[in-house]
Amino acid sequence: MAESEVLRAPHRIEYTYTRSVGPIIGAFLTGLRDGKILGATTPGGRVVVPPTEYDPITSEDIGELVEVGPSGVVTTWAWTDTPLPDQPLDRPFAWALVQLDGADTGMLHAVDAAGPRAMASGMRVTARWRPAGERIGHLRDIECFEAEGAG
Amino acid sequence: MAPGTRRRGPARPVAVVSFAQSDSLRREEHRNDVEMLQPVIEDVFARVGLTKDDMDFVCSGSCDYLVGAPFSFVGALDAVGAWPPMRESHVEMDGAFALYEAWTQLQEDDIDTALVYSFGRSSMSEIGRVLTLQLDPYYMAPLWPDPVALAALQAQALIDTGRYGEGDFAAVAARSRRDAKDNPHAQVKGDHTPEELLGDDYVVTPLRRHALPPITDGATAVILAAGDRANALCERPAWITGMDHRIETHALGARDLTTSPTTRRAAGGAGLLDDDGEGSGASVTVDVAELHAPFAHQELILRDALGLGEGVTINPSGGALAANGIMVAGLVRIGEAASRIMDGTAATALAHATSGPCLQQNLVCALAAEPAGDGGR
Amino acid sequence: MSEPVTMLETPIRIDYEFTAGLAQSRYLKGIAEGRFLGQRCPKCGKVYVPPRGSCPTDGVPTTDEVVLGNTGIVTTYCVVNVPFQGQSIELPYICAQILLDGANIAFMGLIQEVPTDEIRMGMRVEAVWVDKKELGPTMASVKYFRPSGESDAAYETYSEYL
Repeated sequence: MAESEVLRAPHRIEYTYTRSVGPIIGAFLTGLRDGKILGATTPGGRVVVPPTEYDPITSEDIGELVEVGPSGVVTTWAWTDTPLPDQPLDRPFAWALVQLDGADTGMLHAVDAAGPRAMASGMRVTARWRPAGERIGHLRDIECFEAEGAG
Repeated sequence: MAPGTRRRGPARPVAVVSFAQSDSLRREEHRNDVEMLQPVIEDVFARVGLTKDDMDFVCSGSCDYLVGAPFSFVGALDAVGAWPPMRESHVEMDGAFALYEAWTQLQEDDIDTALVYSFGRSSMSEIGRVLTLQLDPYYMAPLWPDPVALAALQAQALIDTGRYGEGDFAAVAARSRRDAKDNPHAQVKGDHTPEELLGDDYVVTPLRRHALPPITDGATAVILAAGDRANALCERPAWITGMDHRIETHALGARDLTTSPTTRRAAGGAGLLDDDGEGSGASVTVDVAELHAPFAHQELILRDALGLGEGVTINPSGGALAANGIMVAGLVRIGEAASRIMDGTAATALAHATSGPCLQQNLVCALAAEPAGDGGR
Repeated sequence: MSEPVTMLETPIRIDYEFTAGLAQSRYLKGIAEGRFLGQRCPKCGKVYVPPRGSCPTDGVPTTDEVVLGNTGIVTTYCVVNVPFQGQSIELPYICAQILLDGANIAFMGLIQEVPTDEIRMGMRVEAVWVDKKELGPTMASVKYFRPSGESDAAYETYSEYL
């Protein structure tokens, strides 16, 4: 058949996954709802944020959860002028790994800044929280990060 | 020896004896997966005069999310013909990992041949959103970071080390496009200077368009054969002297994104490094290295992880910057590296395949014109 | 507000542009013309409907087009009593594997106009299409299958398709 006659149709897959989170991720999300950020301490003494259920390198059980942040350091960043649907902000923003005060790993999130010239590895940022009534126990209870002192 | 590394007994000599691929296209306009794959399967058999009935094992790699249809890989078996009932397996991964499974099966010694194939049409979906589904569902996916954003974080971290800059990324892209001119199946090819490429806009800083892979539809297939069977089928089989793959934590912020310890460890496991990939001193020496680096800066990270010196020809095919079929490009690296052995231009080669964000999981396949002397390490 | 968080909802939405491919497009265009098109494998001679582009037994392109009629045999069936999300058919209903005359593979179809206690293997059925002006390249063009009134097919004529 003529190749121009091939049929096409739009097709959408849509589903809301409902996942149980367990005690570690659950504690982290509960912390977010309550306006604080928790990390997991490993037997080796590192604090992993967001907390993993086991040491991500050695697989040992983690110890207690400790509060970190709400400020920290941008360890790397990347500016997008064209945010894609469902990304944290609907205006240009920076992706970043943020190593919060007290943590030894970076947490992925967004930084709201004026432009790429306002971003630099090593800069300090602070979490911008959604209002308490809007927080549900979700990574996006933190709306984004912003330069420390900017808020 | 690294935890989890087991020094195997002599590996059974297994070789790549045939390799075929479709043209890599921005969009396969007319054919569905089966119709796109069938000529590639026909081709890979024709090159060695075999049929599906000669295959002891069939293994494929693909991802149902590329077309949004469940069990699409089962439908693709129509391109092979699954009768009489065959010994068959599948991985929801790049075909390179399907080849690893087939190689492992061939080590068990009761089979002598295997067909490995992979396919995917990235054009059918918002490929960035599809790949986001592989991320940690609690801590990363809710932000919907696309693969370019994640790669860009890695690229910036690499720039921050002071080892490389955007000019180096452009140089990789320029060389890849130039080399791809000699590859009839490649998608992105041409003559550009790095300076011209640096005129591209940023897509996500610090990555400009040339540092990104193309969106590619395509399919590929490889035939493996063991021992004397390989010699009977092919004048110069590409012997697999070792193969290994390793994965890092999925917690992105807990990784050093500027190095690739798992690539190094996989190379060690494949017998390419004297120190098993545990140290940092030894380097890999091969004639050709086909590295699966969808983003330009990743080639630099991989090169350093393997210690590849100036004498190694990297990605003569143009690499993943010239054609990046999701689920396909890794197996194509193995096929391309094997081709250099089979056509006599190389005596030793390395093929690398990756999976997951920012080089999270890495496979290294060591190839040579001679089977390993002691049966492999 | 002091209850710990135990669940996380993650909505997923991906949009695709699905391409039917050459063989399936041909089939759906046939449906839009009110007929069933199959394709024959040049190697084994089997006729597949809907065609798949490649023979699932031999792995070769099925290049020969075959026009099939409107009648066939119920090879097996089931009576469905359980509703599912989004269904529009009234319960109970009969779902059957239908082997069109001339085809070598059965496909699933809805059976209507027969009481659920009278459906049987071997029953001969005919397709009921929508009105001509409603025909389109979609399986909704075939409303259902109903008894054709012919005598049941002998078991041997369809037993290899079970």
